[in-house]
Amino acid sequence: MPETAIRELTFAQAVREALAEEMRRDPRVCIFGEDVAEAGTPFKVLSGLVEEFGSERVLDTPISEAGFTGMGVGAAMTGLRPVVDIMFGDFLTLTMDQLVNQAAKVHYMSGGTWKVPMVLRTTLGATRRSAAQHSQSLHAWLCHVPGLKVAMPSTPYDAKGLLKTAIRDDNPVIFFEDKMMYKQKGAVPAEDYTIPFGVADVKREGEDITLVATSSMVEVALGAAKLLEGAGISAEVVDPRTMWPLDEKTLVESAKKTSRAIVIDEGYGRYGVTGEIASVIAEGAFFNLEAPVKRMGAMHVPIPFSPPLEDLTVPTEQTVFDAARALCGQA
Amino acid sequence: MKTITDPAKTDNPVAAELGLRLYRQMVRIRLFEEQVNELYTRALMPGLAHLYIGEEAVAVGICEALKNTDYVTSTHRGHGHCLAKGATPDRMFAELLGKEAGYCRGKGGSMHIADPATGNLGANAIVGGSAGIATGAALTAKRLKTDQVAVCFFGEGALGQGVLYEVMNLASLYKLPVIYVCENNLYTEYTHFSETTAGDILLRGTAFGVHGESVDGQDVRAVHAVAQKLVGRARRGEGPSLLLSNTYRYTGHHVGDINREYYRSKQEEQEWKTKRDPIKNMGEWLAGQKLADRSALEKIESEVREEMKTAVEFAIAAPYPGVEEVDQDVYA
Repeated sequence: MPETAIRELTFAQAVREALAEEMRRDPRVCIFGEDVAEAGTPFKVLSGLVEEFGSERVLDTPISEAGFTGMGVGAAMTGLRPVVDIMFGDFLTLTMDQLVNQAAKVHYMSGGTWKVPMVLRTTLGATRRSAAQHSQSLHAWLCHVPGLKVAMPSTPYDAKGLLKTAIRDDNPVIFFEDKMMYKQKGAVPAEDYTIPFGVADVKREGEDITLVATSSMVEVALGAAKLLEGAGISAEVVDPRTMWPLDEKTLVESAKKTSRAIVIDEGYGRYGVTGEIASVIAEGAFFNLEAPVKRMGAMHVPIPFSPPLEDLTVPTEQTVFDAARALCGQA
Repeated sequence: MKTITDPAKTDNPVAAELGLRLYRQMVRIRLFEEQVNELYTRALMPGLAHLYIGEEAVAVGICEALKNTDYVTSTHRGHGHCLAKGATPDRMFAELLGKEAGYCRGKGGSMHIADPATGNLGANAIVGGSAGIATGAALTAKRLKTDQVAVCFFGEGALGQGVLYEVMNLASLYKLPVIYVCENNLYTEYTHFSETTAGDILLRGTAFGVHGESVDGQDVRAVHAVAQKLVGRARRGEGPSLLLSNTYRYTGHHVGDINREYYRSKQEEQEWKTKRDPIKNMGEWLAGQKLADRSALEKIESEVREEMKTAVEFAIAAPYPGVEEVDQDVYA
């Protein structure tokens, strides 16, 4: 990270700054979605952008996720670089044909002639007391589709750098933001920087166990690592930052070094990204592993509304701590 | 009657040239599709194809009103749109056979032909799947002030897809230069459209403030005239329109759909073919107006027959893509 001009920004401010800088740099970059203009989205992530860039470039749409995502695909193919805003990740279900059958396949099906330089920003994460249709983390669905890239920043710094890379990428990129993280602060340089896709970040070095964590779960893993330190276990926390492309090398190297690994992600544990990453580690580091690779994801239930129930559904510092101790033979 | 083979020698060279071009384009689609059926019957073509025979006047009438730089999106029954927008039959046949020389390097096939050089954003095998893409292309045209127009071709089967109405609403709100062309060929796969389509088709657009027109899709001159009008509206910034083109699919839903009597009669097919054939009727009109005579029309047919024969030979002889192609172009 550059030394100069480091400020503390919230995650939301970092996202907004990335968008504003890219829109100033490239007049083709535009935003559309529900309440993106004057309202600046319900999370206020986009506040101020319509005032600077006008309502043609920050375009309010009707509540038509399939329609305006499809419009984004066509606009991207023909010369704009749209950033489509899908307010809650749960609403991705409504855009699936546009993403899976259209955006992801246009380049390949056309023999490499058409491109879809589109970003779709959306949210994930439970514990906001929003119940079953506003709390899911459905990123694994998109990771399953060739032709899409999937980014999941866990800090304001990563959010700005990865979003700039996403906007400059000539492929459709699905960009997941943890809605519980928008107010979290972190150091963000004022100058222009990008973070390449497919490069994991070791958020904390350790010797005894690797905690691979994504998005919202990075904070959880770092908290668990602190608790583990008290128990005499040195945990390494690795954030892949992009699910696809996936930095397999860094994940495998870390597991080889520590000989134990837990993969923590807020998506459903069953058939989720934790299974994929655990498999990558098991195949790559098998002969160095002292224990099976463990997966921790959301419980296989619709996210319940009632707080004491909802809190049970996702991994926490305590459950990660307990699992890590068990894996290290301390339970 | 004297032989007229040169439009310049007729009394109305402009009408003759346009008329003969419309005629030739329709013949090209008809004979292209006959070759496709032949390739299927001879087991030379992998998979299936959905033929456009009978509907030629729609694609030709519309695309002749467009510039090369204007955009189209097409459907699973898309060969006609691609040819009418300027694709060449050799690379199209190559695509249908899965050859590297095809428009998509053999990776798209019959239902996915795309060609940036002719503004073809791609044929789409999801019914209604290209409605968003066409609308987005129109958004770009408006935002970047390029004067381009986008045409979204779809069959009446797509009227059952919600996304179509989402984008009509968007296009009307933003006054986008897009024309939604509904080709009502009467059959949604194997079902008469009256069993799947309630109410009035044009009123669906009207409800969103989308300008609506309907046209006899077997009359290429009528389609061309209304297309010019709608393209003019779009270019002038007057917003989107919906054109209902009433037409007929002569053959089955796809080349393998041979026995069709459980959903329509042979008599019905015969009536459309004899009384409402777009090519035959245009030929008769050209002759009646003394803009072309029989021999001129026959000359066009034999030239096109030769063009298609050469194109098929090219495609059959062309190599398949190398195995190393399989994971190329997944990402740009």
